Amino acid sequence: MDVLYFAWVRERIGLPREKVETNAATVADLVAELSAREDRYAVAFSDLSALRVAVDQELTDFDAPLAGVREVAFFPPMTGG
Amino acid sequence: MRVSVQEAPFDLGGESDAFAAGHVDMGAIVTFTGIVRDLPDDPMQAMEIEHYPGMTEAALSDIATQAMTRFSLGDALVIHRYGRLVPGELIMMVATAARHRKDAFEGAEFLMDYLKSRAPFWKREISAKGAEWVAAKDEDEAALNRW
Repeated sequence: MDVLYFAWVRERIGLPREKVETNAATVADLVAELSAREDRYAVAFSDLSALRVAVDQELTDFDAPLAGVREVAFFPPMTGG
Repeated sequence: MRVSVQEAPFDLGGESDAFAAGHVDMGAIVTFTGIVRDLPDDPMQAMEIEHYPGMTEAALSDIATQAMTRFSLGDALVIHRYGRLVPGELIMMVATAARHRKDAFEGAEFLMDYLKSRAPFWKREISAKGAEWVAAKDEDEAALNRW
């Protein structure tokens, strides 16, 4: 699936998007998998309360299932307007 | 109803006139415009706005559709820019048309409250001291509870 990062999450991880091969069942499982990869992921995901997640471009929660999902995005709380 | 996510500046007068034209059954039009505000103690060189192409348009359309239904609007307009802006530039505007002013005002406030914390935009302020991501405010999240 495609995993996208925005704002300071993108800066901490060091790339805007990547393809990830995963069998993670939920967003939280995917976060755990990525965090175990490298420090920069662990740092970016260290405080999930400071993060928001969208699955296939819809805001959702970290316990959302990933079956059949094409795109997951992580970003800080939004600041539009 | 129209939603536009764009890098280019927009013409506030032209957009407002075009929005107001042709509504014979709408007695009230409200427009709100957001402007890049300078920082008094730390002059801002620029504001950079990042967004999530695809999701941004979908989220704004969803919010505008909800506003149309909820406040019986005859029309709604949302324009939001991204990219690099300087103080004084227009960031965004919303416009609502309703039969009566209460719905037009409330519809515009609803649109603003939701697009502040539910549309995927992120602002970064750049000054001589460096670049800093704007933090979301608790009060912006709390503002959603009134709806």
